[in-house]
Amino acid sequence: MTPILSIQQLTAGIEEREILKGIDLVVNPGEVHAIMGPNGSGKSTLASVLAGREDYTVTGGSVTFMGKDLLEMAPEERAREGMFLAFQYPIEIPGVSTANFIKTAVGELRKHRGHDPLEPAAFLALMREKMKLVEMDSSFLNRSLNEGFSGGEKKRNEIFQMAMLEPTLAVLDETDSGLDIDALRIVAHGVNALRSPTNATVVITHYQRLLDYIVPDVVHVLWNGRIVRSGDKSLALELEKRGYDWIKNEAAVEA
Amino acid sequence: MNSEQSILDDVVGSEYKYGFTTDIEQELLPPGLNEDVVRFISAKKEEPEWMLEWRLKAFRQWQSMQEPVWPNVSYPKIDFQDIIYWAAPKKKDGPASLDEVDPELLATFEKLGIPLEEQKVLAGVAVDVVLDSVSVKTTFQDKLKELGIIFCPISEALRDHPELVRQYIGSVVPPSDNFYAALNSAVFSDGSFVYIPKGVRCPIELSTYFRINARNTGQFERTLIIADAGSYVSYLEGCTAPQRDENQLHAAVVELVAHERAEIKYSTVQNWFPGDKDGNGGIYNFVTKRGICEGAHSKISWTQVETGSAITWKYPSVVLKGDHSIGEFYSVAVTNNKQQADTGTKMLHVGKHTRSRIVSKGISAGVSQNSYRGLVKVLKVAEGARNFSQCDSLLIGDACGAHTFPYLEIANATATVEHEATTSKIGEDILFYCNQRGIDTESAVALIVNGYAREVLNQLPMEFAVEAQKLLAISLEGSVG
Ligand SMILES: Nc1ncnc2c1ncn2[C@@H]1O[C@H](COP(=O)(O)OP(=O)(O)OP(=O)(O)O)[C@@H](O)[C@H]1O
Ligand SMILES: [Mg+2]
Repeated sequence: MTPILSIQQLTAGIEEREILKGIDLVVNPGEVHAIMGPNGSGKSTLASVLAGREDYTVTGGSVTFMGKDLLEMAPEERAREGMFLAFQYPIEIPGVSTANFIKTAVGELRKHRGHDPLEPAAFLALMREKMKLVEMDSSFLNRSLNEGFSGGEKKRNEIFQMAMLEPTLAVLDETDSGLDIDALRIVAHGVNALRSPTNATVVITHYQRLLDYIVPDVVHVLWNGRIVRSGDKSLALELEKRGYDWIKNEAAVEA
Repeated sequence: MNSEQSILDDVVGSEYKYGFTTDIEQELLPPGLNEDVVRFISAKKEEPEWMLEWRLKAFRQWQSMQEPVWPNVSYPKIDFQDIIYWAAPKKKDGPASLDEVDPELLATFEKLGIPLEEQKVLAGVAVDVVLDSVSVKTTFQDKLKELGIIFCPISEALRDHPELVRQYIGSVVPPSDNFYAALNSAVFSDGSFVYIPKGVRCPIELSTYFRINARNTGQFERTLIIADAGSYVSYLEGCTAPQRDENQLHAAVVELVAHERAEIKYSTVQNWFPGDKDGNGGIYNFVTKRGICEGAHSKISWTQVETGSAITWKYPSVVLKGDHSIGEFYSVAVTNNKQQADTGTKMLHVGKHTRSRIVSKGISAGVSQNSYRGLVKVLKVAEGARNFSQCDSLLIGDACGAHTFPYLEIANATATVEHEATTSKIGEDILFYCNQRGIDTESAVALIVNGYAREVLNQLPMEFAVEAQKLLAISLEGSVG
């Protein structure tokens, strides 16, 4: 089985400062991986580097996505190849409706795959269906993307877009933060509904609570730019109980 | 050619004296401006005596005026004696149909991609093309004639409807208005004339494509539109120009008159050569556009999409004289590379309960400078006037500039004036977000810009809105990353 994502000894940073200090991670089809870790440990940086953000310079290592060299690709190519990042802080685009934005994105994806654009009526129906999945009112489609959306609505909108784009690999960066209990359940339900044996999900989170809903196959702890521990679901429970200090100490001893 | 030659001889003495040259395609005067040039142009157009006098008076006024220095633009000094003031396609007797038009000329149109033929005709647009100053072709004349609508080159109107022209020309923009208006009044070569009779709703969009084609030739069109009581007209002006490397001056004058309950909608898509990346070449566009809402309940609406020219200096304005009259200004002005634009509007409230609405969307990219300059003036007598202004700026990249200069002069305490302004930026965060959804940077800019400009684009007739949308994307190509 070829992995969906294979990261080897990845190092990256900004200017003089190294933030990722040698990441190894393999994600296979059908799997859910959770990445946890203290603030500032490099979780969002890892997500950004995978998505191709130019602020970060990759200084070493390799990333293979669906058998292709991911680091060679422009950010939009990565997206069209099936990489999706749900942003920790989704931005607002004034003047561009959510519908028009996602229509453009889906259009690019279909073009990349050699498919014709969807008929407007079919597309509208699809949007409505996916909006329902995250329990958003379809009136959001006519509003400017994320403009004036509440924090929770922005996060749901990320999952809506994910549902429309059906990525092979979805990286969710703290999609659960700022969600109330109901919204958390809704978002988790959306993510679970999109799971299949051919795609995979990486969830970055601080709370084991989310993992009650989206059950991970593997839990990783990222600290100081490295994955210092991996385990099954019980690792998350243990972290919840004991915090990060014991892991930091162990890692420090090993280093 | 005999009558032409004899007039020439009468007025300017001899061909030799003025170095009048004729090549295969053009009649050109040598560069320079003096009273004889004004006389020559007037004679060329076989104008009545009063028109010549009017031009000469304007010329004398111009001589005593100074080029304005207040706009927020800079350019090398223009030598007005180094400009050619007359260039016309060789004229046989006026062509009655396309078949009679010089094939060379048609080929030029083809190259410019003017959709003169079927497309526009099918779209219900009558086209009055100005190529190097002389109107060559007018379609749909007959249909318009049935309704009593006059839509023709202004030179023709001077011949066929001299009283109308005499009554209105210079009544909205007097020659003394400003330096460029005076210059235009002295040397205008041609332009469009529109008259809509009482109670008539013009059934088609009247459209003129202006083209600049001759080397080093200043362009001085003059447009005059009169909507009589209770009438309606929508007029479209669109421009493109072939690439060239010398700066070209363009100083047009547009005058609109709306009588009681009449409505004039004037839309412009302006896409003259903006100069290359380093700012070489490109058109200098110094235009005076003004309309007067003469009668009660009349309405004038300006919509402009400005993407071209090296320098744009343009303030379509409305004088709200009639009670309850309405003035509107919708503008998208794009500057990229080294373009400079200083544009905006003036709304002058004179009548009671007059209303004005200003929606200005500036977009700057590259190292360009984009200024909005607006004046809302409410006179003491203008009881109950209202204005709403929205001035937005969108910046693409870090090296460009956006400036707004809103002026308010309110002399009546019952006036309601609202002003809103925003500045936003297409920053890396937005672009990366779009990229992450599979939308490349160029498409992302187009998507955002079109969204940003929608309120203005919506004011344009359908076909034009689509063209304008494409134009926005094209003019911003390569503006980021
Ligand atoms: N563009 C940047 N410029 C400067 N420093 C950066 C930049 N991006 C990340 N960093 C730094 O790198 C470190 C890792 O940041 P990152 O956002 O990846 O952490 P995180 O694990 O996602 O934290 P959190 O749990 O708070 O979201 C932090 O110290 C952060 O300040
Ligand atoms: Mg983070």
